Amino acid sequence: MAQLTMREALNQALKEEMTRDPNVFILGEEVGAYQGAYKITQGLLAQFGEWRVRDTPIAEEAIAGVAVGAAFIGLRPIAEMMTFNFSLLALDMIVNHAAKYRYMSGGQIRCPMVMRGPSGAATQVAAQHSQGFESWYAHIPGLVVVMPSTPKDAKGLLKSAIRDDNPVIFMENEILYNLKGEVPEEEFHIPLGLGDIKREGKDVTLVAWSRSVITSLAAAKTLADEGVEAEVVDPRTLRPLDEDIIFESVRKTGRCVVVEEGWRYAGFGSEIADRVQRECFDSLDAPVIRVTAADVPMPYAKTLEKAYLPQPERIVEAAHQVLYR
Amino acid sequence: MTVSKVVLAKLSPTMEEGTIVKWTKNEGDAVKQGDVLAEIETDKANMEMEALGSGVLRKILVPAGGKAPIGALIGVIAEPNEDIEPLIAKEGAKAGGAPTAAAAASAPAPEPAKAAAEATPKAAPADQPASVASAPQAPPAPAAPRPVATPPVAPGSGSAGTGGDGGRVKASPLARSMAAHQNIDLSSVAGSGPGGRIIKRDIESWAGPRPGTDAPARSAGAPASRPSAAPASRPAAPPAPSITPGQELPLSNMRKTIAKRLSESMFTSPHYYVTVEIDMDAAVDLRDQIQRLEEGKVSFNDLVVKACARALTRFPLVNASWGGDKIVTHAEVNIGIAVAIPDGLITPVVRNADRKSILDIAHEVRDLATRARDKKLKPEEFTGSTFTISNLGMFDVEEFTAIINPPDSAILAVGAVRKVPVVDGETIRPGHRMKVTMSSDHRVIDGALSAQFLAEVRRLLEAPVGLLLG
Repeated sequence: MAQLTMREALNQALKEEMTRDPNVFILGEEVGAYQGAYKITQGLLAQFGEWRVRDTPIAEEAIAGVAVGAAFIGLRPIAEMMTFNFSLLALDMIVNHAAKYRYMSGGQIRCPMVMRGPSGAATQVAAQHSQGFESWYAHIPGLVVVMPSTPKDAKGLLKSAIRDDNPVIFMENEILYNLKGEVPEEEFHIPLGLGDIKREGKDVTLVAWSRSVITSLAAAKTLADEGVEAEVVDPRTLRPLDEDIIFESVRKTGRCVVVEEGWRYAGFGSEIADRVQRECFDSLDAPVIRVTAADVPMPYAKTLEKAYLPQPERIVEAAHQVLYR
Repeated sequence: MTVSKVVLAKLSPTMEEGTIVKWTKNEGDAVKQGDVLAEIETDKANMEMEALGSGVLRKILVPAGGKAPIGALIGVIAEPNEDIEPLIAKEGAKAGGAPTAAAAASAPAPEPAKAAAEATPKAAPADQPASVASAPQAPPAPAAPRPVATPPVAPGSGSAGTGGDGGRVKASPLARSMAAHQNIDLSSVAGSGPGGRIIKRDIESWAGPRPGTDAPARSAGAPASRPSAAPASRPAAPPAPSITPGQELPLSNMRKTIAKRLSESMFTSPHYYVTVEIDMDAAVDLRDQIQRLEEGKVSFNDLVVKACARALTRFPLVNASWGGDKIVTHAEVNIGIAVAIPDGLITPVVRNADRKSILDIAHEVRDLATRARDKKLKPEEFTGSTFTISNLGMFDVEEFTAIINPPDSAILAVGAVRKVPVVDGETIRPGHRMKVTMSSDHRVIDGALSAQFLAEVRRLLEAPVGLLLG
């Protein structure tokens, strides 16, 4: 197995799928000549040419609209959002068109597109550029929402997303682009809607996705030093959600902490907490606790940014709470 | 070559858990079947627990001071070289950690400090000779003459259902399902989570040792000696309980049983109260005469016991129990006597009181009360009452009401014999009067019947010589 960064793994996935299927093409701001704001599309313009790697104006609604239209007629577009903060401009295309047509056409029209890009906080990019909108997209029936936490997951899931016949919101994370991990060299893909145990444990379940998985693994390490074995469950896909893997873990540990970098209020973690309390009621020894971002716009100051985001210490604290320690 | 589990036996009818007061055998001692292994505090009394197998007491799993539910493994008897680790490991997995030495050490030596907290004054008021030291002691709680709910009934006799769950028990869903699985009554488990929530570890440790939960109630303060009978004076101010204000007191087994059974009684059986005043002049005379005899020592309460027993034979419907879809009348007249003991109260029973002489009753009550305070009653000595008497006369209480002691249908609350002005024809003279209040379960006993029964009790006490006959 090769050690790759997530950036390289994503790049491989794009390259392999574009090679495999001529209907796959990329569009977005700076994806071609500049090779991507975060270099995810590096080398693709040279390899596949202008028709399949298209630079666009700074116009997210147009990018999404072109992608939706192309998908309707049978192509498999991959629309890159420079970050998902800008995808708000494309919401109407995604919510009212991409997510609706398959249903409203009685299945006659499909929308096999991927909208991908970094989401969530990076480092000191302040209130307008640090937002995680997974809760917004996961709210919409008709969309698939994917949030990988490792290079292998990123590659395997992106390949599946490109092949999927539904519109897929594929949210990456800027901080994770340089994260290294083993990625199989042979062809593989990871089914959408399948979670993964990132660390096995018997004492407390930490449910996390994307960068929160890394934070949770750090917390699990601290907990292990205290003799607490935390299980880190990564659903990887928020919609559809692999609830069984979560339930199975909670039924084993009797305790559940949900970690997310989004805001607490109506955040996706409350969806998990809701399902867990209902389906694992008799297994719970403590209420489900959520560790989230602070319920404010992201501050610019570095210290405040740290206070805003879930840190391992806060996860450890939450674990103590559900363990009554 | 057999391994015998030493499991906590059910030593009283309402027992749900027990505290190991002491082990009479040590680890390593040879044990024969039938040997006394340990002394166990149940919700009623201290009981001896016997070995069910022979061998060597290889392991004590719950040390003295520890608590365990019925059926919990508290020790292992086996051959000296038998491998008992698998058994212990299995139990350990079920029960969680072992108790710490500190916990065992801080666990109670049951008596002294507690006694101070509820020491029962034995001093008799000058005009209240009934309260000789041997008189059955009712609980000292109510100070006001007419407390709304006095607690003089001991928990205890018989078979009332334990199904009704009083207040809501806070427990995590997991703890709840574990308890249901293991047949543990959650109301008997102390919660260690926020706000007293019962959580997994409470259930786990309930199935095994329970370190230290009882310690605080018993540790504070120096034991005050019981006031000895102070002649010719009112009871001294009751000794201040050795409790730090603001302190939370864990519940003893007995307290839990009292809480459960009396709440159940009060909230399920419709109580009503009938009070009569009894002329005790003749009884006072009679008692004075008996006191002068060699075999002396009869209390007013003994006379009340005898009068009630006699009256009950004439009113079988008062000597009855509510049976849900029927009324059960009892062939025997068994009178429970509420006795205050250091950490609660208990109701020893004088069986067939209608067939016993006053002196026999006096003797038996004295013996039962003494052993009740020492927690040496056997289960059959505090169960099976059909009618109960509670007496606060020794505290110079004029009258009060009591809660029916299930499965009885009535309880008689007896006040002090008081010297009061009595209208006698056209003159006023001093006379002795005693008020008794009967609480009756209206499902069984209607008001007129209560009145008739009390009239008979009054008749018997006002002409007490009859009580000496037969």
